[in-house]
Amino acid sequence: MNQNVSLIFEKSRPGKRGFSIPEKHFSDLDVKALVEPNLLRKQSAELPSVSEPEIVRHFVTLSQKNFSVDTNFYPLGSCTMKYNPKLNEDVARFEGFAQLHPYQPEETIQGALNLMFDLEGALKEITGMDRFTLQPAAGAHGELAGMMLVKAYHDSRKDFKRTQVIVPDSSHGTNPASAALFGFSVVTVKSDERGRVNLAELKKLVGPETACLMLTNPNTLGLFEDEIQQIQKAVHDAGGLLYYDGANMNALLGLARPGDMGFDIVHLNLHKTFSTPHGGGGPGAGPVGVKERLVPFLPAPLVDKKDGKYVLNYDIPQSIGRLRSFYGNFGMLIRAYTFIRRHGREGLNQTSRDAILNANYVKKKVEKHFVVPHAEFCMHEFVAQAVKQNDLGVHATDIAKRLLDFGFHAPTIYFPLIVPEAMMIEPTESESKETLDKFVDAMNVIADEAVDFPDRLRQAPFTLIISRPDDVLAARQPVLTFKDYQAAEHLHLQNQPVGVPVHVE
Amino acid sequence: MNYLPLTETDRQEMLADLGVKNFEDLIRVIPEKLRLKDLNLPSGTNELDLTRELRELSAGNQSTAQALSFLGGGYYEHFIPSIINHVISRSEFYTAYTPYQAEASQGTLQTIFEYQSMIAELTGMDISNASNYDGASATAEAALLALRHTGRNKVLVARTLHPEYRETIRTYCFGSHFDIVDVPFDAAGKLDQAALVSLLKDDVAALIVASPNFLGLVEDFEGVAKKVHDAGALFIMSVNPLSLGLFKSPGEWGADIAVGEGQSLGIPMSLGGPGLGFFAVKKELLRKIPGRLVGMTKDRNGHRCFALTLQAREQHIRREKAGSNICTNHALLALAASVYLAAMGKEGLRKVAEYNVRSSVYLREQLAKIKGFEVPFKGSVFNEFVLKSAKKSPTEIVQKLQAQNIFAGLELGEFYPELKDSLLVCATETKTKAELDRFIDAMRAVS
Amino acid sequence: MNFPSNLKYTKSHEWGRQDGAKIVVGITEYAQHELSDVVYVELPKIGQEVKQGVACCIVESVKAAFDIYAPISGKIVEINKKLESDPALINRDPYGDGWFFAITPSNVNELNNLMPAAGYEEMLAQGAK
Repeated sequence: MNQNVSLIFEKSRPGKRGFSIPEKHFSDLDVKALVEPNLLRKQSAELPSVSEPEIVRHFVTLSQKNFSVDTNFYPLGSCTMKYNPKLNEDVARFEGFAQLHPYQPEETIQGALNLMFDLEGALKEITGMDRFTLQPAAGAHGELAGMMLVKAYHDSRKDFKRTQVIVPDSSHGTNPASAALFGFSVVTVKSDERGRVNLAELKKLVGPETACLMLTNPNTLGLFEDEIQQIQKAVHDAGGLLYYDGANMNALLGLARPGDMGFDIVHLNLHKTFSTPHGGGGPGAGPVGVKERLVPFLPAPLVDKKDGKYVLNYDIPQSIGRLRSFYGNFGMLIRAYTFIRRHGREGLNQTSRDAILNANYVKKKVEKHFVVPHAEFCMHEFVAQAVKQNDLGVHATDIAKRLLDFGFHAPTIYFPLIVPEAMMIEPTESESKETLDKFVDAMNVIADEAVDFPDRLRQAPFTLIISRPDDVLAARQPVLTFKDYQAAEHLHLQNQPVGVPVHVE
Repeated sequence: MNYLPLTETDRQEMLADLGVKNFEDLIRVIPEKLRLKDLNLPSGTNELDLTRELRELSAGNQSTAQALSFLGGGYYEHFIPSIINHVISRSEFYTAYTPYQAEASQGTLQTIFEYQSMIAELTGMDISNASNYDGASATAEAALLALRHTGRNKVLVARTLHPEYRETIRTYCFGSHFDIVDVPFDAAGKLDQAALVSLLKDDVAALIVASPNFLGLVEDFEGVAKKVHDAGALFIMSVNPLSLGLFKSPGEWGADIAVGEGQSLGIPMSLGGPGLGFFAVKKELLRKIPGRLVGMTKDRNGHRCFALTLQAREQHIRREKAGSNICTNHALLALAASVYLAAMGKEGLRKVAEYNVRSSVYLREQLAKIKGFEVPFKGSVFNEFVLKSAKKSPTEIVQKLQAQNIFAGLELGEFYPELKDSLLVCATETKTKAELDRFIDAMRAVS
Repeated sequence: MNFPSNLKYTKSHEWGRQDGAKIVVGITEYAQHELSDVVYVELPKIGQEVKQGVACCIVESVKAAFDIYAPISGKIVEINKKLESDPALINRDPYGDGWFFAITPSNVNELNNLMPAAGYEEMLAQGAK
């Protein structure tokens, strides 16, 4: 059934308006007389003209074409799609937080600086690091900051030969991208048969050119790098630094700390572990924590406390600089802080405990039908493989699509890259046993379907407004704006008028 | 903890299912030496008490709702129509994941497609990405794009580009062989054309200018694009999108890339973040644009639909060969901007822009009449301008007005030493004539 | 799969064909199959100097992007403009209309570093084991 929502541009009619602003103020001043004529726009922007109720219906209807944490279970590995507490949303909208200009005098933002100071304190305690910058806007932004810190540190020691960043072959794609964007050459260390960093090989790779090792722990297979102490020693002995990708921090709250494992730099994804909403792709926040020896290089400003007052400290002579304007995604920092304060020490710890328990429970239940490569307890996520199904001509992507029909978001698929037909499953602590049981039932039904009705899986989903977009067409003939669409005849041919039901076989 | 659905019974049953006695058995893999005994944090707080605690913390701030603020400089106080918060508070939007599973994300995907369309329209460009973090990082990514695209190693940056953006560009190029060179401003506060000509050599990848510039001026860039293109470089404009309701678009000025901060489009200031970086290019640069893109295509049944496209450029596929490591877009704020632009429409956007011009010009003229103040740069403005104080120091003015609950403006000395006697003063559509007059009176009293 | 005997092959799945003074370059049938539907090619520039075994061109499918390595050092003298509007040519006709670019070699003896069809097929067969 085609339930396409027409584009907002298609709803536009001359004479409709969706705004209401005062129009009489200064109406005696003629703008044409106030502005040099050559500066005025000649070609007006073709924005839609739509009335307010139509705009609201448009967007609310669109919202209903989404899966979301509030409506569906997202077992998305390494993404930590946990519940986003409503209190956090309310607090971030408090007038005293939302309506602050970044250049207000420090005396007028003491509450905000206090919050940032205390959030930093909590993050330091949770990770075992000495200082944090709250500036990076996302995990990848934090990684970029981390790479700069690595370089600044080695440079400060006149150790200019360190040009290599080592990443495991199971790492998140951002790790090598961040390192390379910043000019490091990327060296990959293989995983061993236990799914961990191959220590013997790592020892061969480290040396005078090693700038740092980037590691996720637990790794993307959901396994704790139990040789982390030896890994740490190998890298540090060679003069390199250890970078902790905090994507999987949800496994460790109150259980273990990257700082204690010997990591020098840590980034956290507040939109994962600390529940700030994903927003359909952002905004997030990616604070970066460091050990004492890297503090002098942190981005400016930092929030300090002096004589009982909170101040923005710009006096960081060896700072790498700034990664963005102002102080960070403050709105996200408020939400994360609220989350931490609500949970407290016991609650945070219970969070990781339940996340680990849930993951192991689901793992045990799907093992009957799907290959799970590592027969040991996992941390907060695990990887299953659709390799048995592959022999039937059904792939991980087909299982992922079919899950949507059961009302479950797909797991992370084809990642990590080293595991064929990977489905990475992370239930988080937010799901009830009842939901997990239903998910397991769906996985098992789908495994049976793969045997009996493989075609059904290859065509799924059937219950959503669309099924299997043509990605090749999208990439070969990019239609990226309404204007492109108006010129793209290939997309008009089979488009059905809105609201006309179309028979589907 | 009411966020955790597992009951103690559930936990025991599940552990029994797993064949272990207690939770600790699941995590024996963590070396004993690394096991943390306890977090040194306060215990959790119930919702009611925590609300009180955070309400009190927020009351430790003096918000622009309580004060009369004339602060600008990259972030602005604007009117935000009610519908925006209602739309972005739909939890189907804000608790959704990145729309990798197109079938389960048509809502987010279509809103991004509409956002891309509106940004392309507004900037006069062909293509917009799904958004970046903020104006500063978007501008820095534009510089990197130009450096990669041209294979050259120098970027010219107007000194009137936001100082924090300039610093961000430098940070992004930290440790590289790239050279970032400031182009000075002239006596009128505008791009020094003679300096530009002497700097535009064959090692230059791009010129980056701002509109309005950090001194509030909207400049005439006639002929600049040609000079830049003739030198084989790209012309990049960092613009306030709201000003484009009235002023010439980067497309009309001949720019190749338009970037900027979209906070003016219906996003609360929140002490400077999260905002919205936008990034739009001419179609020749389609394959070089960083970040996500949403395209329209057909599904299995031939219906039009939306999907992320051209993903092979991105980090999760190209890894170390990707042009950028960005894997976020500020989708929810792009949505806010879309709702804002849909609500304003062509007509509303022009009216808001005109209001900003009228309001700031009125204020500029009135303040200039006061003895002790002068306006050093006379050009056209959008919503802010430089005010020079002959007698009193800007710090003194700011402090005295703060005592009257007025934020008088931004002291420019910390960004431009030669403007240490000046304030950057901003007036948007949020101010009534009466409020401007109150400010003018207060300024007269301290002049 | 078809691997014409008049071509020379690289380990990275390019082929080269001597055509007078220049070497025409493309990717093998195996490579186009592995790539699946090609959606975009970023061709080198005419006049660009390339080095044997060094990446000089990018080919993208929906799933992946790959570097194309120059099979021989020299200067790019021709590029297949048709690929810009119809990248699917690479899938349809990898040894014909789907060619990428032509190089005038700086040292034609470098061709001896490449494999004959039989050697390439053997390499693929070993990789499959």
